[in-house]
Amino acid sequence: MDLFEYQARDLLASHGVPVLPGGVAETPEQAEAIAREIGQQVVVKAQVKVGGRGKAGGVKLAADADEARARAQDILGLDIKGHITHKVMVAQASDIAEEYYFSYLLDRSNRTFLAMASKEGGMEIEQLAVERPEALARIPVDASVGVDAQKAAEIVDAANFPAEVRDQVIAIAVQLWDVFSKEDATLVEVNPLAKAPDGTVLALDAKITLDENASFRQEGHAALEDKAAADPLEARAKEKDLNYVKLEGEVGIIGNGAGLVMSTLDVVAYAGEEFGGVKPANFLDIGGGASAEVMANGLEIILSDPAVKSVFVNVFGGITACDAVANGIVSALGILGDEATKPLVVRLDGNNVDEGRRILAEADHPLVTVVDTMDGAARRAAELAAA
Amino acid sequence: MSIFLNENSKVIVQGMTGSEGSKHTQRMLASGTAIVGGVNPRKAGTSVDFDGATVPVFGSVADAMKETGADVSVIFVPPPFAKAAAIEAVDAQIGLAVVITEGIPVHDSTYVWAHAQGGATRIIGPNCPGLISPGRSNAGIIPANITKQGKIGLVSKSGTLTYQMMYELRDIGFSTCVGIGGDPVIGTTHIDCLQAFQDDPETEAIVMIGEIGGDAEERAADFIKANVTKPVVGYVAGFTAPEGKTMGHAGAIVSGSAGTAQAKKEALEAAGVRVGKTPSETARLMRELVGA
Repeated sequence: MDLFEYQARDLLASHGVPVLPGGVAETPEQAEAIAREIGQQVVVKAQVKVGGRGKAGGVKLAADADEARARAQDILGLDIKGHITHKVMVAQASDIAEEYYFSYLLDRSNRTFLAMASKEGGMEIEQLAVERPEALARIPVDASVGVDAQKAAEIVDAANFPAEVRDQVIAIAVQLWDVFSKEDATLVEVNPLAKAPDGTVLALDAKITLDENASFRQEGHAALEDKAAADPLEARAKEKDLNYVKLEGEVGIIGNGAGLVMSTLDVVAYAGEEFGGVKPANFLDIGGGASAEVMANGLEIILSDPAVKSVFVNVFGGITACDAVANGIVSALGILGDEATKPLVVRLDGNNVDEGRRILAEADHPLVTVVDTMDGAARRAAELAAA
Repeated sequence: MSIFLNENSKVIVQGMTGSEGSKHTQRMLASGTAIVGGVNPRKAGTSVDFDGATVPVFGSVADAMKETGADVSVIFVPPPFAKAAAIEAVDAQIGLAVVITEGIPVHDSTYVWAHAQGGATRIIGPNCPGLISPGRSNAGIIPANITKQGKIGLVSKSGTLTYQMMYELRDIGFSTCVGIGGDPVIGTTHIDCLQAFQDDPETEAIVMIGEIGGDAEERAADFIKANVTKPVVGYVAGFTAPEGKTMGHAGAIVSGSAGTAQAKKEALEAAGVRVGKTPSETARLMRELVGA
């Protein structure tokens, strides 16, 4: 889960990282009130989870509270690369003497954590990494050891931070590790980490990504979820504990196992090329069990998607054999009754496949077509969606 | 021969008395696996009956190893306790720890990986179906009755795609099928399995299944080019996955332009691997290679 800047800032502050005073506003009036409280020049920043908001007009200075209200008025509602701005952060404006960069992230390739630091911040780090790789220190962090003051000093010295800020940056590096480890983050990136004219170092902007697998021990994280932005079908699926992702196409997909479902999307997209570019409408993994109830919940979500023209149920019967899956499909259609209105193409394979196909043939549901192979079934589902 | 798991493997189950653990212990026993014990500190000294097979419960992995000579542990412990269970297995220096549990925080898996460095334990998973050497032993949740023993080696990030491939090629059969798991940080990688299959005299050809996210497939492609002389057929899932969305597996995510299926396919093809467009086509390519 990616956080908004204001959420990241609050999380940093709660672990002692120095940030500037500010707050988040959903209306121009709220923005005005925050600016009045700050009582000096402020910056009004669009809260969207996408880069390049400055260029898109999403970051503006305001000299006083009235101007902050006007700038918030301009920015709220702004479309930044397809992200509509619903909130702005109003923060005390700071003169910047120098800009640095500091991050911790999960390094998947090396199965470790990585600290990255540079005394040349402000720009996109990908750009810096390409143009001036020698200016970006990359220091692995052993997950079983972590970052103490000594390790922090190693990182800060590797990046050649100026002597006058060294101690401050070391202290911040330890605090940022606290955020990264205690909040179960997979990314904590401060860019810029800025030196104010008075020599104070502060986190001016930050990106944080949190690990959703850790929600069982991170009770506060549920409140950080951006429920307003979630697709309504995705939100409903989540309530029912279904692993669902809304896509742009017309063929509804249900399968068991993440890999098989991803593969099903691909096979449907290939087959769809023949029928005017029909595409999969969603990802939905109902897991290994494939019980009737889960099947019914999944079908209900997919059938309520107005974009869906046909549905492809693709199940490999392993531990739950095909006869149980077939019974699940038949009961699910029974549970849904008149709500089931779109053609279903079913492909079953694996354990007890003959019995599974026999059950579906006997039920002889008018909406159901059984096709033996995955490729053939994908083609049929695409054809039905294009009809 | 087979890799990592054979007919002499003695398997214990951490979390055997839980619902998933007991269901799958039953299935592993039914497929002929030598299950020699379970681990649960609160139930040490008791035993569990599985259709006539009586399996003793030990207080720790170390005790179970001392009493039974166990060399494999399969871990079904829920996410909040999985880190401690895996560390216990590593500290007891068991040869192979198979972590089935899905939903372990990545800070925990990364910690366990770091802790296991230089130790005696190979870790498979987490968030994986385990591995099977058909006809010999089954450590995890892979259905045993969809294929038979044979000459293909299979390594895959995905459970059901593993089963699909095992089933499509059931007439040829497999030496070992390893589900390495779909999390961002896993113990045993494609490369580890490719090396082991290359060294295994019984394995004549290899199927490698990947999916979006990370760069494991690209690294595997480099490894194949330099070290693997046996024929390899590949499949990659997730060409149509949108950027920035997690597709079921915690590790299955395209970030910006990194981790795409297209890049993985191209890397594998550049290493001489034939990559199927669909699972069925991949199975056909394997048939052509082994002449069956």
